[in-house]
Amino acid sequence: MSSDAITIQGLQVQEKPWVDTLHEWVTTVDHKRLGILYIVYALVFLLLGGIEALIIRIQLMHSHNNFVSPQVFNRMFTMHGTTMIFFVVMPVLFGFANYLVPLMIGARDMAFPRLNAFSFWLSAFGGILLYFSFLGGSGLYGAGNAPDVGWWAYAPLGARAFSPGHSSDYWTLALLVSGFGSIGTAINIIATILCLRCPGMKLSRMPLLAWLNLVMAGMVLITITPLSAAQIMLLIDRYLGGHFFDTQAGGSAVLWMHFFWIFGHPEVYILMIPAFAFLSEIIPVFSRKPIFGYPVMVAATVSIGLVSTSVWAHHMFTVGMNSYANSFFAITTMAIGVPTGIKIFNWIGTMWGGRIQFKVPMLFCIGFLFQFLIAGLTGIMQAAVPFDWQLSLSYFVVAHFHYMIVGAILFALFGAFYYWYPKMTGRMLSERLGKWHFWFFLIGFHLTFDVMHVPGLLGMPRRIYTYEPGRGWDTLNLIVSIGAFIQAIAVLVFVWNLISSYFKGAKAGNDPWDAWTLEWSTSSPPPAYNFATVPIVASRRPLWDLKHPEDPDSQYE
Amino acid sequence: MFALSSVLLPPRALAEHTHAPLTSIFSPESTPAKSILDLSTFVLVITGIIFVVVVTLLGYSILKFRATSVNADREPAQVYGSNQIELAWTIIPVLIVVVLFLATARVIHAIQDAPEPAGAVEVTAIGHQYWWEFRYPKLGIVTANELHIPVSDPSNPTPTFLRLLSADTDHSFWIPELAGKTDLVPNHPNRMWIDPHRTGIFLGQCAQYCGTQHAKMLLRVSVDSPQDFAAWVRGQQQAAVQDSSAMAGRQIFEHTACINCHTVSPTPADGRFGPDLTHLMSRTTIAAGAAENTPENLRLWIQNPDAIKPGSLMPAMKLSDADLDAVAIYMETLR
Amino acid sequence: MSAAAISVVEIPKAWSLPYRGKVAMACLIIAESAIFTIFVVAYLFYLGKSLTGPTPREVLETPIFFTICLLSSSITVHFAGKSLERNNRPAFLALWSLTIILGGLFLFGTGQEWYRLIYEHGLTISTNLFGTTYYSLVGLHAFHVSAGLIMLTIVLIFGLAGRVDKDQFRRIDVLALYWHFVDAVWVVVFTVVYIVGR
Repeated sequence: MSSDAITIQGLQVQEKPWVDTLHEWVTTVDHKRLGILYIVYALVFLLLGGIEALIIRIQLMHSHNNFVSPQVFNRMFTMHGTTMIFFVVMPVLFGFANYLVPLMIGARDMAFPRLNAFSFWLSAFGGILLYFSFLGGSGLYGAGNAPDVGWWAYAPLGARAFSPGHSSDYWTLALLVSGFGSIGTAINIIATILCLRCPGMKLSRMPLLAWLNLVMAGMVLITITPLSAAQIMLLIDRYLGGHFFDTQAGGSAVLWMHFFWIFGHPEVYILMIPAFAFLSEIIPVFSRKPIFGYPVMVAATVSIGLVSTSVWAHHMFTVGMNSYANSFFAITTMAIGVPTGIKIFNWIGTMWGGRIQFKVPMLFCIGFLFQFLIAGLTGIMQAAVPFDWQLSLSYFVVAHFHYMIVGAILFALFGAFYYWYPKMTGRMLSERLGKWHFWFFLIGFHLTFDVMHVPGLLGMPRRIYTYEPGRGWDTLNLIVSIGAFIQAIAVLVFVWNLISSYFKGAKAGNDPWDAWTLEWSTSSPPPAYNFATVPIVASRRPLWDLKHPEDPDSQYE
Repeated sequence: MFALSSVLLPPRALAEHTHAPLTSIFSPESTPAKSILDLSTFVLVITGIIFVVVVTLLGYSILKFRATSVNADREPAQVYGSNQIELAWTIIPVLIVVVLFLATARVIHAIQDAPEPAGAVEVTAIGHQYWWEFRYPKLGIVTANELHIPVSDPSNPTPTFLRLLSADTDHSFWIPELAGKTDLVPNHPNRMWIDPHRTGIFLGQCAQYCGTQHAKMLLRVSVDSPQDFAAWVRGQQQAAVQDSSAMAGRQIFEHTACINCHTVSPTPADGRFGPDLTHLMSRTTIAAGAAENTPENLRLWIQNPDAIKPGSLMPAMKLSDADLDAVAIYMETLR
Repeated sequence: MSAAAISVVEIPKAWSLPYRGKVAMACLIIAESAIFTIFVVAYLFYLGKSLTGPTPREVLETPIFFTICLLSSSITVHFAGKSLERNNRPAFLALWSLTIILGGLFLFGTGQEWYRLIYEHGLTISTNLFGTTYYSLVGLHAFHVSAGLIMLTIVLIFGLAGRVDKDQFRRIDVLALYWHFVDAVWVVVFTVVYIVGR
């Protein structure tokens, strides 16, 4: 069935004025457009967060450097962390979820299109509010600028006494606002998946991307909210004279840590699970086999979601909890390695016996597998609590979590970009530029983050604007910084690829990858209504069934 | 161009530093750090084996199952899963977790719940923005930033037990060669112990971001022989040296705001907001390790702390040059 | 091309999925429960830890009457919904109004209690840990009651204008679910503050 454009001869079509196009985009409630808005928004903040990272790395290139003052440095690492987590990774993942989930379940849009738009603009406003702090943070007292309390804003550093002016307020309010946007999107994703699946698509037939985003959205509901609660408490302390975290009045700094990490740990699984979703869609297509062990993949993800709510204090092993508490969090943290490891095995099991095509999406997925394995293992090392008493708060941890967020999540995201960009724009991204992007980024990544473990082992703490010579950290930091610049070049190559392919890329057609899920049955890009007729499905791979009527999946499920 | 090169090339260091051995967590000189090394070696071996196994499987699958021109046109066998294989790769990781956990729990208890023996030295460490206060309650000593403790003989241990408190924000006490780090949290006293097995200087620094000058809240532990430690204790227990040649400086010191923050016992100066200066010259560095304890640095610090440690909480005292010289001379008599 | 999909597959006999409004409200309730849980945890953690000032035992009076008001409003809102389902609009409007009145009484009671605590006992949010945690927790709940009352009133206005009938039942039911949640939270807050905490 053709969904190519029908050409009517002799018809004059007026160009739509650009103002009208702009208006459409600003007022859209279409999940696909909102998805793209989220993604473009995230890319802009990726560049901002990346600049902050480069400033950090230039300052740390050698000991006693004075590229920036300590005050500026402390703002840089606070803003870098806050930006990357809340205004890059979360929006880009929400963007992909927004775009793909309705298409993959055969729906015409999300359950609540206007809530969808509202949530996007709320989150977008949060990011702008955060960055306004550079200008407006000076407040009435003349003190303060961008927030500089670290992205965790530990008590009592975030209290009025130690954080005068309004910089910490910008941190609090920006995250509170964008947090409500995230909750709105999560509600939308859950309602969409539970209520709008096309006929025949039982939950056990949903693509894994839908399942994993369902789990992620459920986690958002109970994860972001503890942070919101803690931030409301912080505002009460800062503005109404409250004592929630006021140690002088008997309050507890450790309570803030508990509340923060009850959010903070599941949050990183919220970031990781959609990355798992990308892998689970891309690897099967480029291995030419279905995902190995679909039911277990679902069960493992659900158990990761559940167990992740019980591991939070592994960020607090040095805080002085008693040995029983430390042991409890050690075992839950080690336990979560089991379902996570299972997923790695299932992905390799998918590749095993396949016919692997090394297109750019698959290259990034293979990078993910290698790096996620290493990151998981350095995580297990830190779960061995006494080992963590050395590793915690040092550059070893910084290397570990960047391995997770950059080496795993960002690699998966790059794969997702190359895989679904054709669907979103109708054009293929350049394979040649993609390979340059991949190899440059891989080399830069490993140069930076492999080496970064070593200063941690040699005693270099995190969040220091400078360090002493003679500790043996100089050369290592120099190498780390060089790797950062190589990654920056690779990202620029990527951005160039995104832009130039939009105009000059090969036409993609409906299904450039010969894939099996419903989004590939529509045109590229899909029409506003997604499907002319609502599809009816009988298996997990409806397009496989169509392409292989002699051997459909529906026979085996 | 000049700015770029000043950023890329190391400047002359503000302070000369002795080339101490690298403060690696893999060169322990104290029981807690040694137990940690043993555990971490065990963990590294296990994770190393897992790494090798999985990377081999990954590498093999990439090489063996790539699409070639021969097989590219046919779809491979569509395998959905395998119960036996999936069970196996669930059970084995569970067993690994159990083993790792038991090893970990043992060391947690050994370090955290170790009882304090009778001969232990007791130190109370109080974290400040951005310096360390050390009190030896049983010995009547108060000092700052540089900790002196006796070496501990394994056959007759004299460990040091530290009580960790904070006067303001969170800090963390980390000397990698001696122990894992423990935080100093206000309103949440903590406890840790070290028993260094050799004499020498051990370096570390604050590991929990505590504000602007977190980076220069350095630690210097001097592990002394029993005789040297006893001599040091005696010296610290003395009253401040009264040197008549420094009378002018002492007058200025005691009539300026200095005494609101600093203590020189037993003079009227009894402030506790800043480090105790009674035996300032017994320390090798000032400003919590940010500068060597030399007359020039001392004078510069009093004149303009931000020149050495921008953002530290000591204000520039705006003394005239003459007053500054006098006060610096007075400081230099506080041996 | 969807036509081709149909020929391979039998059309499922009945394909009915949950109402999206109910699902969304359930999700919101889950999220809000997490927020309240954190405030309850802070309240419980800080019991007995105030360094100064009045203690709960000294100043709190159990608000039995106003609690009954609020909990009864759950019953009235439930029967209001049932009436609407049977298209009994007068009964619906009466019971719905009663719900709003009972909720309003509860808020009045909270205000009265706060007035007494502030002016007779000098307990404010900045007095001590008890003051901070008490006003935050009860205040967060009162805020949710207020938001609920506003929404209930909006529905009442439309109801009085004749725009609410049996076809809107599903949507009324979603709002009623929120109201039940607000009441359930009060059961927890009441137990924690006035029973356990004293």
